[in-house]
This record gives sequence, C-alpha cells and structure tokens, in this order.
Amino acid sequence: MVAVVDYGVGNLFSLCSSLKYIGQDAVVTSDPDEIKNAGKIILPGVGAFGDAVEKLKNSGLFSLIQQQAKDGKEIMGICLGMQMLFEKSYEFGEHEGLGLLKGEIVPMKGVLDEKYKIPHIGWNALNFRKESDLFKHINDGDCVYFVHSFYADNCADSLIATAEYDIELTAAVEKDNVCGCQFHPEKSGEVGLKILRAFCEKG
Amino acid sequence: MITKRIIPCLDVKDGRVVKGVNFQGLSDVSSPVELAKYYSDNGADELVFYDITASFEGRKLFTDILTKVAETIFIPLTVGGGINTVDDFERVLNCGADKVSVNSGAIKDPSLVPRAAEKYGSQCVVLSADIKRVGGEFRVFAKGGREDTGMEAISWVKRCVENGAGEVVVNSIDTDGVKKGFDIEMLRTVQDAVNVPVIASGGAGKTDDFVELFKQLPDLDAGLAASVFHFGEIKINELKKALKENDIPVRL
Repeated sequence: MVAVVDYGVGNLFSLCSSLKYIGQDAVVTSDPDEIKNAGKIILPGVGAFGDAVEKLKNSGLFSLIQQQAKDGKEIMGICLGMQMLFEKSYEFGEHEGLGLLKGEIVPMKGVLDEKYKIPHIGWNALNFRKESDLFKHINDGDCVYFVHSFYADNCADSLIATAEYDIELTAAVEKDNVCGCQFHPEKSGEVGLKILRAFCEKG
Repeated sequence: MITKRIIPCLDVKDGRVVKGVNFQGLSDVSSPVELAKYYSDNGADELVFYDITASFEGRKLFTDILTKVAETIFIPLTVGGGINTVDDFERVLNCGADKVSVNSGAIKDPSLVPRAAEKYGSQCVVLSADIKRVGGEFRVFAKGGREDTGMEAISWVKRCVENGAGEVVVNSIDTDGVKKGFDIEMLRTVQDAVNVPVIASGGAGKTDDFVELFKQLPDLDAGLAASVFHFGEIKINELKKALKENDIPVRL
C-alpha cells in the first residue's frame, strides 16, 4: 500500500489514476496511522513552498514524515513534494524544509540566460548522473514532463538525474530510502509510469 | 534540451468527438477515450479538449468523459470551451485537466485570468487568442473568431500574461483553415512581446509547415492542429521524425 499524503495542496487525481493504472494499491490520506501503516509514502505538491510546508505542519504530518524517513520507509516527493525534502527554499523569502536531503531550492530567475522562459514547462530529456533503481525500466535520454520555476541546488549528495535547460537542472534525487522527481511522472506517459512502478518495487 | 510540443486538439460535443476521424484500428472513431489513447500512443505531447457543448446535460457528459480520459492517458490535458468563471476552472481541474484555456471568457471578464492564476497557479491558465489583421493592426476576436472586439491583440496578450496567464495559444484567423502554413509574422510579434510559452495554431496543412514554423521561430514552444491530425493528413510520429531530421528537438 502506498500512502499519497493529502495536506490540502494540489490535485491528486492524475497521481492516483496512474498508481491505479500500474496496479498499485494507494490511499489518499492525511491520517497519521494510515501513513505509518503504509509500505511507502508519496509526497505530492504544487504551489508555493512556504505555503505547502505550513499546511504540512498544520496537518501534523511534517514531523511524522521526518520520523518515517528516519525509520527507513521509502518516500518519494514529486515536484514541490521533492523540493520539500530539502533543507530550505528561497522561494518568496526563506523557508525551512523537511531536511531529509542536503541542498536548497533556488529560483531559476537570474541564473538562466534571459532567453530561457520561466517556468521551465514541457518535455525534457533526463540525463542520468548516478545509477538508480528508479531508472531500471527506462533509458538515459528519455523525456519527462516538467513545470517549475525553482530548482534544487547544492545537492550533489543525492543527485541522480538532471535536465538541460541552459544549465543542468536537478531532475531526480535519491539518498537511501528518500527519493524525488522534479518532473511529474504521472504526466510523463509510459516513461513516467515506469518510474512510478520502479518506486513501488523499491526496497 | 526542452523539446517542441505537438498538440492535437479535439472538439467534443455531448461527450463525443465531432468532425469524424478516419483511423484504422479504432473501433469507435468518436470516442474521446479511444482517440486520446491513440494520440498518446502515437507521440502527442499534450492533448486539448475543446468543449463545444451548449447545454447543461452536454456539459455534464463532457466532464464525465474528461474523467475517463484522465484515468487512461498520462500526458498533460488542457481543456477549453465554455470557461467563463473560476468555478468552471474548478469543474474541469477536478476531472483531471492540468490546464484550462480561456478565450471569450477572459474578454468578457478580464478579472478571470488573474483570479484563476491566483487560485490555481499560472501553470494552469492558458490564454487562447483568436487574432486577425484589421486595418494594419492585429485585433482580438471573440466568440470563436466571429466578433471583432476592437482590441489591439498584442497589448491584450501582454496584459493577460502580466495578469498570470502561463501560456499563450495564438490562433491566426487569417491562416486558419487555409492549410498554407502557420502565421509566422503574427507568431513572431506575439512571441517577442511575452516571456511565457507560445503555442502556434491555425494554418498547418503538411509536415513541412511545422518544420518551417520551428526553423523560423526556434524559441516557439509548440504547434497545435486539429483536422490535419484527425484526417491523417499528418501523422504525429512521422511529423516528429521529420522535425528531428531537421535538428528540431522532439520527444520520440
């Protein structure tokens, strides 16, 4: 059973449909016991970092997820959910994240050449940086769908894939039982479904 | 490297795709689910569903069918047609749409774009603009291109982007249906005015029209078309191979 953490941000329809499609039992929940009892946790998210962390804290799930990660449970963050795994973010101020991975979330603005549009929207190729079980069903160079304006930086410790958009943007990260995708696997066609399947097979 | 998106657009009325299509192997050529799957399996990077239903019942059928599509197809889905309020955004996003395209609704109520962007984020809000040359300037048209609003198009598009539209579909009425290629001049003018993705629509008749589009405008993000895909005049997977042969980055 995979627990998809519901803390009031974003639309979980596609994520749940894609898990169902690959035959994975999943439950959308904000119930601490259900999350504790699940074999794996997916932390989704869209919107602003500070707002999402606050909602996660208000629902009492912030420290629970930290503890679950320390206890060795497999956790995947998606998009903003991946960003929240890091120590902090500089999106509209400075906000503390879950601190499960080393690194920080920084804006593309001011870093990319001006001719690059922000957000980074569209299908971009994954450049593998490290071997990972998450990629066992896909190939280096496969395309996935991105929508984001901020990216994880100083995260060499967990970096497993990048996507080229003027610079090499962090696309996927993994450190022991904690992993994340900046892109949307639930919107990335067959390739995305294969990444979700690989996560469900982990551990 | 980010790839150029190829986007088929399907008109849906009372839960069925209109303008019959002609594909071998499809048992029901007007089933949105079957067609969406066909396009998704054959290289479409995104799908646009355009609801041309007028009745309440038809709208209900549309949202039912959208839910079924979103349960089956895992690429971005954009919905347009009949989007006049923030509640309309809510209705289609809850059925699994990723983006919502507004056209006449934004003209009638210019506060729609900023309110929707604030609630759902700019990445959800697509401005679709029907543009035509009138007396030496680009004008915005409403009601499916039938009504001249009198508004100058470039300033309209700029204003919507400043208010939170995250992408812009430019449909040239001047080239739409003519099948002699996209409106490069109009697209260039819009593209130079905004810093969000621009999607070209109107005028595609053959594969070379897309090659020409991305060669002339290498910063343009996507090409959208309807009947040339539905009638099989252009096959998306062959189109993408042709783009690749011309060094235009695509997802294969």
